[in-house]
Amino acid sequence: MTASTDKLIIAGREFSSRLMVGTGKYADTQQMKRAVVASGAEIVTVAVRRVNISDRTNGSFLDAIDTGRYTLLPNTAGCYTAEEAIRTCRLAKEAGLSDFVKLEVLGDEQTLFPNVEELLKAARVLVKEGFTVLPYTTDDPIVCKKLEDLGCAAVMPLGAPIGSGLGIINQYNIRIILDTVKVPVIVDAGVGTASDAAIAMELGCAGVLMNTAIAGAKDPVAMAEAMNLAVRAGRLAYLAGRIPRKLHATASSPLEGLI
Amino acid sequence: MIETEAVRGGTIEIEVNGEKRHVDGMTVLEYLYTLAIDTGRVAVELNLEILSKTEFATTWLSDGDRVEIVHFVGGGQGVSGS
Repeated sequence: MTASTDKLIIAGREFSSRLMVGTGKYADTQQMKRAVVASGAEIVTVAVRRVNISDRTNGSFLDAIDTGRYTLLPNTAGCYTAEEAIRTCRLAKEAGLSDFVKLEVLGDEQTLFPNVEELLKAARVLVKEGFTVLPYTTDDPIVCKKLEDLGCAAVMPLGAPIGSGLGIINQYNIRIILDTVKVPVIVDAGVGTASDAAIAMELGCAGVLMNTAIAGAKDPVAMAEAMNLAVRAGRLAYLAGRIPRKLHATASSPLEGLI
Repeated sequence: MIETEAVRGGTIEIEVNGEKRHVDGMTVLEYLYTLAIDTGRVAVELNLEILSKTEFATTWLSDGDRVEIVHFVGGGQGVSGS
């Protein structure tokens, strides 16, 4: 398989890019747009919020994003209960163009770790209602399996806490998850720099989702391009099949003809 | 007793995105027009029930209604600035 024929398939929909990016925390809309373009992402996450009815001078966010080119992935960021998350997803479906949702049910403000109990509850309801559910979850293989069994279209374990930039702190768990579920595994949260994204892809993940690592970089547009390359490089390395790790050296020059 | 706008003829008091508003009796669609909101890009919840876009024109606002009008904004993971 070559890089050009390798597609990410989520719920029957094909994507060429395996990098998904958030659209928050940018200095301004222009910077966000340029970063999204540089990232090569086809899926961008958005939040669902109240329209400011007192001040209508700010244009719609959708004016900045070409919805013909990008698949919007509404998230439930800021929801702490299944009920809030379900309500947000239903509103997102009505406001949007698809039934894709990034389900995020958080446990507390300090860790932003998922509240797994509420997450599973919400996933069960949303899948039944026909949503394509992409759940942000802990890097717990058992939870990922439960989410798959409930009918989620992918699982999105965290590499490290949201916005921490610590990278993938437990590669072994990600590997066990990859071994446990058949749906795409997308690392969501924790990526700090390009090598973190490459590692996720080299492990065999189907994709990576990030926001802060790009938006928070000194030069977000350059970092977006770095992430684009890293995800592609990591994926290609995974497909190419790395050499096994060995304790001792293995020479790569021929012995024959040695002077 | 202080007379509020709500008790005068034709005017109702509704709560929109958490703010009290006094408006003339009208449909949801008409109200969105008064706010210059592109109806294709929002979702509306009336008393916790989501309205389909086709219902905007046929649903009248009533006194005491609670309306939520939401749209997409930039966002990634978690909530920043909270």
